[in-house]
Amino acid sequence: MKLIMAIIKPFKLDDVREALTPLGVQGLTVSEVKGFGRQKGQTEIYRGAEYHVSFLPKIKIEVVVADDLADSVIEAIAKSAHTGKIGDGKIFVLDIARAMRIRTGETDTEAL
Amino acid sequence: MMRPRLNWGLGVLLPALLVAAPAFADDPPKIDTGDTAWMLTSTALVLMMTIPGLALFYAGMVRKKNVLATMMQSFTICCLVTVVWMVAGYSLAFTNGNAYIGDFSRFLLSGIGSNIVKGVDQVFVLGAGTDAAVPTTVPESVFMMFQMTFAIITPALIAGAFADRMKFSAMCIFMVLWSLFVYSPIAHWVWAPTGWMFALGVLDFAGGTVVHINAGVAGLVCALVLGKRNGYGTNNMAPYNLAYAVIGASMLWVGWFGFNAGSALSAGGRAGMAMAVTQIATAAAALGWMFAEWITKGKPSVLGVVSGAVAGLVAITPASGFVLPGSAIIIGLAAGVVCFWAATSLKHMLGYDDSLDAFGVHGVGGIVGALLTGVFAYAALSATDATPDGISGGIDQLKLQVIGVVATIVYTGVMTLILLMITKALVGLRVAEEEEREGLDIVLHGEQIF
Repeated sequence: MKLIMAIIKPFKLDDVREALTPLGVQGLTVSEVKGFGRQKGQTEIYRGAEYHVSFLPKIKIEVVVADDLADSVIEAIAKSAHTGKIGDGKIFVLDIARAMRIRTGETDTEAL
Repeated sequence: MMRPRLNWGLGVLLPALLVAAPAFADDPPKIDTGDTAWMLTSTALVLMMTIPGLALFYAGMVRKKNVLATMMQSFTICCLVTVVWMVAGYSLAFTNGNAYIGDFSRFLLSGIGSNIVKGVDQVFVLGAGTDAAVPTTVPESVFMMFQMTFAIITPALIAGAFADRMKFSAMCIFMVLWSLFVYSPIAHWVWAPTGWMFALGVLDFAGGTVVHINAGVAGLVCALVLGKRNGYGTNNMAPYNLAYAVIGASMLWVGWFGFNAGSALSAGGRAGMAMAVTQIATAAAALGWMFAEWITKGKPSVLGVVSGAVAGLVAITPASGFVLPGSAIIIGLAAGVVCFWAATSLKHMLGYDDSLDAFGVHGVGGIVGALLTGVFAYAALSATDATPDGISGGIDQLKLQVIGVVATIVYTGVMTLILLMITKALVGLRVAEEEEREGLDIVLHGEQIF
């Protein structure tokens, strides 16, 4: 099993979800996060006082899938979250040791 | 200036009143229900300026950790000053006394109900028994309440200068002292017929000196004495929620019709013109600030346009009731551009941390308005049968306005410094550094908005 963690632009969330559903992804977790990358931040000015905002709002998606599905999920996210402009985000992939559905007690890929 | 504000203002509408002016006349003038209804309405409007208007305006500009503490300041000042005004503030401001301070004849509002017979009150005569007595057409309870709402908003305006860092206990003590020893005397000078500025002929229709220069300069002294916020100039101090500030500024705008048009103390032509010039100057100032910012900084900001509107409201305050719409446009534009410069450049040049620009907007806007009142006063608005010439703007009137401005700046500057030192000796002024970092909401009040 793989955990696929993607940091994307907030307005791309619906596109990503729509791209993942046909692949058989049964669920995912979304968080509102802030961070910085090569995009750096932006400048805000209030009554002449300038503030450099270095952390920009992003969406973090976490989805756990079976190993054979991982490549197509990564590809779908990369395609649907792409704008070509700086700040599109990143995808990270981690190995998952175990999984369990709390309600039924099913484990590993059956729990996904 | 209450001579023009009351005497000549009412004279236009009710010349007969002047004949029956003495309070002990055989057939006392009756209360005008229309005027009284407007004054009751105005009183409610001006109270709305402080809670929730100013509370929202200020709370929207501070950081998330200080939102409740900032609203708490406006709300608590409202309650404290109400009691202070009832106990002694009103008496010190509006009884005859001498040229500098009233007396204690209305201590605890004693005697305010003594003329009521079968539920009907007599008209209130300001300065009764003196040569300069000014009759109104409303009961004293209404006049006292209307003036109370002015006494409330003035110290609440100061709070913008020391936002994010003053102890709550210190704020309470300072505001009670300030209301008694600074607000009441200056209100007496300008608006009581026995006051020295009133006698001199300084014009201040609705409180350019008494309220705005007074609060603005006190705010500047507070900012200088308390020092900068921790992290000023390095940390991000961007406003938490400017939508609050927009709502607050809009409520200030609407409430200000009570402030300015209400200061006619009657529902007539002068109140109507005061309302018209208030609207016009406010819009002009908002646009002045917006375009100045757009041109010099590249973007017209939301905080900028609402700040400009407040600057315009401030500047037209002393002039409303004396000027015509054409002058109002000029006063507004001047206030918008000058206050923009004061809040965005002057403050950074001089290096003080007036957190929410109590001085930059109220102090500077008040000075612009007070001076331009002396330039643009239109005689017919203040002319009466007794004084058919009215008051025209010109070099002589401008000189009087300068005296009023300078006297107010000096008195409030010195007294604010003294009262801050007394408060500092009693409880200290600032919260500890780590408390400031943690945020006043949780540290001072044990609550948070999130």
